[in-house]
Amino acid sequence: MSIDQANKFGFTINRSRLIDYDASDRKVRDYITAREPSFRLCFACGGCTAACTAGHHTTFNLRRMNTYIRRGEIDPLREEVTRCMLCGKCLLVCPRGVNTRNVVAVAAEAIRKLDRNEL
Amino acid sequence: MKPEGKKRIWAEYQKEIPDDHFFYVRSCIRQTFFAGSEQYFLKILRDDLGKDVYEDPRHTTCTGIGYHGDVVPFETIQAVVARHFALATEAGYKHIAISCVTSFGIYSEILETWKHFPETLERTREDLYKATGRTFEVPETISHTSDIIYKFRDEIARKAKYNLIDIATGKPLKVVEHIGCHYSKMFPKYGVGGAEFPHVLVGMIESWGGDIIDYPERRHCCGFGFRQYLVQANRGYSLFASRKKFESMEPYRPDMIIANCPGCTMFMDRWQYTIKEIEGITYGSDERGIPVLTYEEVAGLILGYNPWELGLQYHNVQSLQLLRKMGIKADPAERFLAKDGSRLPEPANLING
Repeated sequence: MSIDQANKFGFTINRSRLIDYDASDRKVRDYITAREPSFRLCFACGGCTAACTAGHHTTFNLRRMNTYIRRGEIDPLREEVTRCMLCGKCLLVCPRGVNTRNVVAVAAEAIRKLDRNEL
Repeated sequence: MKPEGKKRIWAEYQKEIPDDHFFYVRSCIRQTFFAGSEQYFLKILRDDLGKDVYEDPRHTTCTGIGYHGDVVPFETIQAVVARHFALATEAGYKHIAISCVTSFGIYSEILETWKHFPETLERTREDLYKATGRTFEVPETISHTSDIIYKFRDEIARKAKYNLIDIATGKPLKVVEHIGCHYSKMFPKYGVGGAEFPHVLVGMIESWGGDIIDYPERRHCCGFGFRQYLVQANRGYSLFASRKKFESMEPYRPDMIIANCPGCTMFMDRWQYTIKEIEGITYGSDERGIPVLTYEEVAGLILGYNPWELGLQYHNVQSLQLLRKMGIKADPAERFLAKDGSRLPEPANLING
């Protein structure tokens, strides 16, 4: 939609917030679980996010990133992976022993491959 | 299931609609957007069906839009509705006929509140007496005006001059029916068929010869939702909800939409123009738009009234193709011609105009 059209009415058509699981893109999730199987152990407690230094200074949220991966929401994931500085504090607090640092690194790799049509 | 059991369960989904003697309460927005609808409801009931319908000029808005917009407190709206009941009591009427689905929801909510919290009824009686010196009786029944047309649908069908049938093919017209959320989703027992099987418009369409389209988003809200349209920047939610419905019904090629709520009729009609402007999409066969009519307008067409007197020309999506399909002869040149020969104001941006 152009800015002119938005200005004409003062509002636009909202985008759907529904997540269609049947249409979700599982390529990135499969890529990560194949290379970092501990990702399957995550039960989304959010300890990683609480310990995250990057998350204190930016909007980065590892728990949310995991949700994006599981739901196959690639567009928000693409931005989220760039915010982690790979310090590894999240590794220390994870009660399930997930190699969270590697999950982010592999997710970034998957996105790069996806953008090059290699995934 | 045994037929007796089925009948017993279905009986729970029925409501009592009185035969005669109605105290009519008008809607605020219907009188401006579909001016012919309320007039023709009265005409059909009084002239065609011979019913007694009483109108009191002292009746006011129910203040439902203000209530849902959080500017009118519940105590205030109870007193306003109690005043309407006082007018009905004064005139000797026990059955309220409500033109608007918002008002219908308000009346249902207040009656249920009074039933479950009798102290609120006493408080309202006191408030009304102190403010106006009036007293009132709680009405025996409340009916939405679509309930009343539903009750007399077969009688209207017997007097029909036209049917919901394509005269060229002899096939029934494909009709989308849309029920306002506040009709039966809040208090199901006040609606015909409850919230699960609302039959009020289906019954009319079937009696008048049309076919119902059962599309995936049939029971989705139209998007009117007061807070959404009151704030201009939020209207995108409203528009999105209507678009979702249009896209869901589009593959079934509907000939028209019939709605029983003023908000639904207005927005599903006007949003078609907005979507056309924003996205360049016009719904309906041959991109002519899908006409959205009120049940009174359809009843009026069935009974052979002039479409331009019913006010069809003041909908954004024009109904010329639909009228041709039904075999109704209406001259488009007379659309904006008043009875005295002067020109009526012509709305801009009509679809299929």
